[in-house]
Amino acid sequence: MSTRIGVVTFPGSLDDRDAARAVRLAGGEPVSLWHADTSLGDVDAVVLPGGFSYGDYLRAGAIARFAPIMESIIAGARDGLPVMGICNGFQVLCESHLLPGALTRNAHLHFRNRAQPMTVENTETAWTGDFQPGQRVVIPIKNIDGRFVADERTLDELEARGQVVFRYTGENPNGSMRDIAGVCNAAGNVVGMMPHPEHAVEELTGASVDGLGLFTSVLRKLVAA
Amino acid sequence: MARVVVDVMLKPEILDPQGQAVVAALSRLGFDSITAVRQGKRFELEVDGELTDARLDEVRQAAGTLLANPVIEDFDVRVETPA
Repeated sequence: MSTRIGVVTFPGSLDDRDAARAVRLAGGEPVSLWHADTSLGDVDAVVLPGGFSYGDYLRAGAIARFAPIMESIIAGARDGLPVMGICNGFQVLCESHLLPGALTRNAHLHFRNRAQPMTVENTETAWTGDFQPGQRVVIPIKNIDGRFVADERTLDELEARGQVVFRYTGENPNGSMRDIAGVCNAAGNVVGMMPHPEHAVEELTGASVDGLGLFTSVLRKLVAA
Repeated sequence: MARVVVDVMLKPEILDPQGQAVVAALSRLGFDSITAVRQGKRFELEVDGELTDARLDEVRQAAGTLLANPVIEDFDVRVETPA
């Protein structure tokens, strides 16, 4: 039986289809989940895709955090369900307090979209097992609210516990503190990242196929479990 | 009907690039005495019935739950027109 990965569509999600496609290319079975649903069905993992959920009218991700489906996702994440938030999904996970910190407006106030070099800092999470520690990858970013912020104590704790999963290399695209591009929770099942791995899964359209590693990692982990 | 105002501001230690863009524009326009700007949000809430302490507490809870993100923002709740 194939591994089922749910992809949530909020009003304003843009990258749900790309995320589902990436799941399929990695060898999993994508399952569409709707923001107003309360059940996750029998999915083995969940992706919160990029976009502008509920228009991001209040703060990025703030309204989506209270969507009915999020209650099941928050409970599941606390029980070890692998959850990945990409861009707007990362913002939703921070607003849900499943991940520490917050994403604020880019320091230079410009929307940034480009192929972004990064290093993989933690390969122990549910979503990064197929990478090598310190591996250089190139994954596209596209955001205006991508600046990761947290107080110094939280940042020190994240570093000490290995919860910084991805770090920007070269020019920091948004002023993110300590060049942080992605973090995980203490258990490593919940990962949030600003860059878009679902846009780097095919040679024809991506800057690389480095993004596929996130999806193959979780599939391998779920099959092994 | 009472009106309660919730002001939300980024915490002082959080960079406010919008405020910085505004203060730079003010300086270009010749408003030289303004040296710093921080930009926030103001919410005006209409509350049904008498504004009891319990209802005001509910507003504070709403402010801390949805209107502000306490990780990065401070908020202030005040009654503008009591019922």
